[in-house]
Amino acid sequence: MEEIYAKFVSQKISKTRWRPLPPGSLQTAETFATGSWDNEENYVSLWSIGDFENLDSDGGFEGDHQLLCDIRHHGDIMDLQFFDQERIVTASSTGCVTVFLHHPNNQTLSVNQQWTTAHYHTGPSSPSYSSAPCTGIVCNNPEIVTVGEDGRINLFRADHKEAVRTIDNADSSTLHAVTFLRTPEILTVNSIGQLKIWDFRQQGNEPSQILSLTGDRVPLHCVDRHPNQQHVVATGGQDGMLSIWDVRQGTMPVSLLKAHEAEMWEVHFHPSNPDHLFTCSEDGSLWHWDASTDVPEKSLLFHQGGRTSTFLSHSISNQANVHQSVISSWLSTDPAKDRIEITSLLPSRTLSVNSLDVLGPCLVCGTDAEAIYVTRHLFS
Amino acid sequence: MEELDGEPTVTLIPGVNSKKHQMCFDWGPGEMLVCETSFNKKEKSEVVPSCPFIYIIRKDVDVYSQVLRKLFNESHGIFVGLQRIEEELTGKSRKSQLVRVSKNYRSVIRACMEEMHQVAIAAKDPASGRQFSSQVSILSAMELIWNLCEILFIEVAPAGPLLLHLLDWVRLHVCEVDSLSADVLGSENPSKHESFWNLPGNTQTLTELELKWQHWHEECERYLQDCTFASNPHLESLCKIMLGDEAALLEQKELLSNWYHFLVTRLLYSNPTVKPIDLQYYAQSSLDLFLGGESSPEPLDNILMAAFEFDIHQVIKECSIALSNWWFVAHLTDLLDHCKLLQSHNLYFGSNMRECLLLEYASGLFAHPSLWQLGVDYFDYCPELGRVSLELHIERIPLNTEQKALKVLRICEQRQMTEQVRSICKILAMKAVRNNRLGSALSWSIRAKDAAFATLVSDRFLRDYCERGCFSDLDLIDNLGPAMMLSDRLTFLGKYREFHRVYGEKRFADAASLLLSLMTSQIAPRSFWMTLLTDALPLLEQKQVIFSAEQTYELMQCLEDLTSGRPVHGGPDTQQCQDDDIETTKVEMLRLALARNLARAIVREGSLEGF
Repeated sequence: MEEIYAKFVSQKISKTRWRPLPPGSLQTAETFATGSWDNEENYVSLWSIGDFENLDSDGGFEGDHQLLCDIRHHGDIMDLQFFDQERIVTASSTGCVTVFLHHPNNQTLSVNQQWTTAHYHTGPSSPSYSSAPCTGIVCNNPEIVTVGEDGRINLFRADHKEAVRTIDNADSSTLHAVTFLRTPEILTVNSIGQLKIWDFRQQGNEPSQILSLTGDRVPLHCVDRHPNQQHVVATGGQDGMLSIWDVRQGTMPVSLLKAHEAEMWEVHFHPSNPDHLFTCSEDGSLWHWDASTDVPEKSLLFHQGGRTSTFLSHSISNQANVHQSVISSWLSTDPAKDRIEITSLLPSRTLSVNSLDVLGPCLVCGTDAEAIYVTRHLFS
Repeated sequence: MEELDGEPTVTLIPGVNSKKHQMCFDWGPGEMLVCETSFNKKEKSEVVPSCPFIYIIRKDVDVYSQVLRKLFNESHGIFVGLQRIEEELTGKSRKSQLVRVSKNYRSVIRACMEEMHQVAIAAKDPASGRQFSSQVSILSAMELIWNLCEILFIEVAPAGPLLLHLLDWVRLHVCEVDSLSADVLGSENPSKHESFWNLPGNTQTLTELELKWQHWHEECERYLQDCTFASNPHLESLCKIMLGDEAALLEQKELLSNWYHFLVTRLLYSNPTVKPIDLQYYAQSSLDLFLGGESSPEPLDNILMAAFEFDIHQVIKECSIALSNWWFVAHLTDLLDHCKLLQSHNLYFGSNMRECLLLEYASGLFAHPSLWQLGVDYFDYCPELGRVSLELHIERIPLNTEQKALKVLRICEQRQMTEQVRSICKILAMKAVRNNRLGSALSWSIRAKDAAFATLVSDRFLRDYCERGCFSDLDLIDNLGPAMMLSDRLTFLGKYREFHRVYGEKRFADAASLLLSLMTSQIAPRSFWMTLLTDALPLLEQKQVIFSAEQTYELMQCLEDLTSGRPVHGGPDTQQCQDDDIETTKVEMLRLALARNLARAIVREGSLEGF
């Protein structure tokens, strides 16, 4: 992996996301959005990483990211997702869900739509109205699903003023993250260590399936679905443990991998190379998990200044029969054959890495040390 | 602490008429709250103050500067790195490592300075442009002082290389020097002179250099006395300069921007092998000569003088007074402390100077809504008062989201601050209970291992059950897992729910023994016994005998315990009488059911032998 560039930006970064590329495009990622938190004034910002002919006047070199535009945001940005090329949806600690629109011609952001009382403890109609932070968002044009500390799930549609569907009290604890499984199904993780699958085609307010960890009910903070195999899901917990689940089989995780020393904030499968997984944590590290099986080609004792690589074999808790034609390397049961190479990507330990995103060969992450790291050569 | 250096500055509060009304105030850790009162000095007090606002007054505005934030964050990384490698720093490499750290700090200051400069240029209104420019000069002064301290205290350059470092120092800070070298000093002699100084690693000893220089100096003097340059006054004055003649140098005063430039130039030509301890004499005289009695020394001059005098404490003291923010003195003192240069200088509250400054700086960070996370690491490295300061500060951080609370808790847990963990989790759990998020409340009590709170949450669940006749949040109760063991009440809740489930699956024998164990094991709260016994009724009324005779005796025992303990209500209250009636009916029904069951059980057990 080549250089990773750091830039201090005077705000603690809670979320970083690459702007999605138009389908079929051969470009590499160029623009990313960030959200800040814990400031008196928080901002949603759009940044651009320079390309070769784009050196600015004070000698900014390739890879140094420049601010394109920003806009004030009320409350901490708890989650941020690109809805499409121009629109960004954010979740706020005030319980508000906002859609921002980017105007590329004059490089500004504006508020396109807002649902101000998406999440609350006591409703807006009551005199003791109290809002609740919205903790997670997932988008699938035209739908937006949000979850919050109030245990509520909302289904919004862009350009509809009211929520299309709301499941009140879906969970008695806080819902931390949500992802789509197959389009009418979503999966949520909560602070008592449970995964719940919800089917929007069904009318009731009950989940269609509940999976949970064995042993201690450690809160789960993040979830991501395998890009190609919609039944494989990875979650990260408060104890830094990475769990891989097969939602079709059983109610317990397939693999439990001891990872970080503190809360794992985000887990991402690489969208085009799903044998690669990325996690970031409160302990200030960002790890790249490589489960691709072409081990002989890789140098096993490869050390490069600032990184460490270690090997870890799968630990499997159950699963004897796997009737699939394509066995995901994450679910594979052969410990001798499949080893995961783990690499730490940041040059030195820092304060918490709150968020990361990968697209093609590019990775961006943001930390509580008010720095954004970008690399454009993940697989070198 | 000691004498006041000037009049205190007056800050006017907008909107408050201080001539008419009195103000009240209260101190915070880094700020002050001020508001207008209704007390009037002269006239009668009005009912309502005319200014409805409460003002927050901050002294340390630097902490809110966007550009300076980068300084704080980057230097935090350097600071923590320095503390971590402290144990590994030994021997010869120690000095070069410390010099590298110093250079890192300086490069961060320079980067900040350049960025501030860009901001100053791009500023829209002249007032803020001026403000940014003054910040740039403050940063520049800081780097100047730090650089000098690096040369004198950290690098500890000996005579010989000392002057080279001082030359670099002046060159770096006085941009005009380069053009000067071309004009005034641009003859072949200086360059020949410069080549004397092969950089470290040369084999010449100091004495050899001195001899060479003496030889060259005498040659110059001879040229002057021989009036070789008499025809050309420029060359003559050039020769005088190169002999270190102060008067000749002072004639070029406009080209020398300040006294330390003058000092270094003078040393270059009069005493290039100056020893560090002799610097102060040259410095003092240079300062006096340069100012010429026209102006008095500025704070920066005093600081630099103190550095030349190797009076580190004076340097730090003057910097503390001159600068508005503790950043500079805290980091510089810490670095000098690692160089083992500060004797433990005990202050009146017991900790040493390094710790005192770090505590001040970190406290300032905690007053900021966002930078408190940096402050944590600074407290960590204050051995005497750091921990207790952190304990006090961390409990007062406002927690508006669970994610922030989790970060604060992680900090506390990493430092074994169990009291703070408990208190924070209790606050969050109470908030959750008030918002009816019982699952969250339970999750917080598990995190804090707070059995008492877990009991409170379970009681809430049980109360809800009694009121509504069914359980809320089954997803939680059914999936308690090992957390169930946290408190007896929680275990009871889990087991009671299990009883309902087992009953629902029609496994009556298992349900019966579970119910019985709930009562006999004493984990059921007494208030719930009636409910449990009432739950037993349908089991007693079943066609088949479920409770054995032994079990029935135990149930009867429980019932007697319950009824004997109850006081008799004889009051005229009709509602109370009705309740009593219901109670009595229930008890009678139970007694009857138990008796019938006992009879059947005895008969059945008596005749089982034949099977």
